[in-house]
Amino acid sequence: MSQIKIPIGPQHPALHEPESFNLILEGETIVDAEVKLGYNHRGIEKACESRNYIQDIYLIERVCGICSHSHSTCFVQAVEEIAGVEVPLRANYIRTIIGELERIHSHLLWLGVAGHEVGFETLFMYSWRDREIIMDILALISGNRVNYAINTIGGVRRDITSEEVAQILANLQTLTERTEFYLKLVNDEPTFMGRLFGVGKLSKDMAISMGAVGPMARGSGVSRDIRQDDPYGVYSQIGFKIVTDDHADVLGRVIVRVNELLESYRMLRVLAENLPEGPIAVKVPRKIPAGEAIARYEAPRGEDIHYVRSNGTEMPERVKVRAPTLANLASIREMLRGGYLADFPIVVAALDPCFSCTDRAIRLVDGKNDHVIDWRQLREYSIGWHKQRGVELSKIGC
Amino acid sequence: MRNTELIDFLQSKLASSVTNISTPREKRVFAETTVDNLVAVATSLKEWGLYYLGTITGLDSGDKFEIIYHFYDDYGLIFNLKVFTPRDNPKVPTVTTVFPGVFLYERELMDLLGIDVEGTPPNRRYPLPDDWPAGQYPLRKDWKGLPSVEEVSK
Repeated sequence: MSQIKIPIGPQHPALHEPESFNLILEGETIVDAEVKLGYNHRGIEKACESRNYIQDIYLIERVCGICSHSHSTCFVQAVEEIAGVEVPLRANYIRTIIGELERIHSHLLWLGVAGHEVGFETLFMYSWRDREIIMDILALISGNRVNYAINTIGGVRRDITSEEVAQILANLQTLTERTEFYLKLVNDEPTFMGRLFGVGKLSKDMAISMGAVGPMARGSGVSRDIRQDDPYGVYSQIGFKIVTDDHADVLGRVIVRVNELLESYRMLRVLAENLPEGPIAVKVPRKIPAGEAIARYEAPRGEDIHYVRSNGTEMPERVKVRAPTLANLASIREMLRGGYLADFPIVVAALDPCFSCTDRAIRLVDGKNDHVIDWRQLREYSIGWHKQRGVELSKIGC
Repeated sequence: MRNTELIDFLQSKLASSVTNISTPREKRVFAETTVDNLVAVATSLKEWGLYYLGTITGLDSGDKFEIIYHFYDDYGLIFNLKVFTPRDNPKVPTVTTVFPGVFLYERELMDLLGIDVEGTPPNRRYPLPDDWPAGQYPLRKDWKGLPSVEEVSK
């Protein structure tokens, strides 16, 4: 049969970030795939070299809009190791709390996207509704829905009050109940399981040889988790279970992520109930002594690696960031080969790819006026637009 | 514990090719090798149990480039192996023959530092755009941005 080459991207409907694929098809079957990356290369590593360590925290936090805390924690861990700083226990607890909240936020978001990609819009609506609970908690603790800006070298910038702890605990019950329902759903619902079973196969051996990380690797039965292998923060004290699954397909990745949600709720409860008293940061000089360190962090999408070399000044000599998606992309060809074209969106989405994200402003061009409005204005505009057409959004809880 | 096991292995089996071994803390080992020995050392390390090559960092240290290969095992140990290559003719062999998943990290060395990775599988460029001018390597310390239109047309 003759082969057809279909270019997809860099802007396309399945992914919300730029990435380009060339799929080579025989009939409906994908025989090969080429991936083209780099559309979001912003030169952050180079920019870090001309800024001081404190500025770099905020820059590194913007590597990704979802796992921002992962990147900034990984970076400060490396810098703290070079400087020989001991972070106070309370600060480590707060970092870990934010880290787990971020994981829940990311996994719930992903679960919604997975539902959407396979035409299960109800799951999308449900899990994004639940995600708002977490977003509200994050906003309560840090003041921000994303880019929490909680880390500094030597500790954290904001304390968590006992009311905030109570708020977290109160919401965990609701989330646990709802997530248990999702777990039942992914293990029992025949249409959902049928759609994902055997799709995007990645064998255990292949996952190891291609260096897959995070839920991708664990969904193929590889028991790798940095929180266990190379513990940071307070993970070695609170105890946790690595979730793996042997399906080695998209279904396995869903099961792993939903179980990880439950594990994160359990950890959060332990963290919130045992939050120790004490200082939240120690003072660290602006100049970091010469040295090098490598830090690892289990981000929601997998292992994050930061290598930092200092030269005794206020600015680093080199900062190297390896985000989890780059490690996972090496396996994408293996997963797409032999599958159907129609499976392409969910296979790619099952990576939980993150090519960097988050816009906080939108540009409207209406021919005459070219102006920028922020989210609040956009929200008001939208409410007004509906009101003019006789829909009162405030009555339905928006 | 894994640290000492790895150091014992390096000193007994690879003493001639791996030098300057140091271990700043638990689960971290640093060492150096030469460009010629790189592939052989990587192969032995994989056989020993360092199954993964996490990433590759390239650094500009003046008259030479430093390339750090971050290997790790299943128990959280990271082994950082450094090689050096002269700035006037930067060249390293590919390690994709041993670790097939690392081709993108090698592309980064080629694009951002201008290091020639010999034998890496043919691919598109990454991460810089296709129309990026030749000979411009952003992660080199003497790179201060793309030349302006005036400079080019001079």
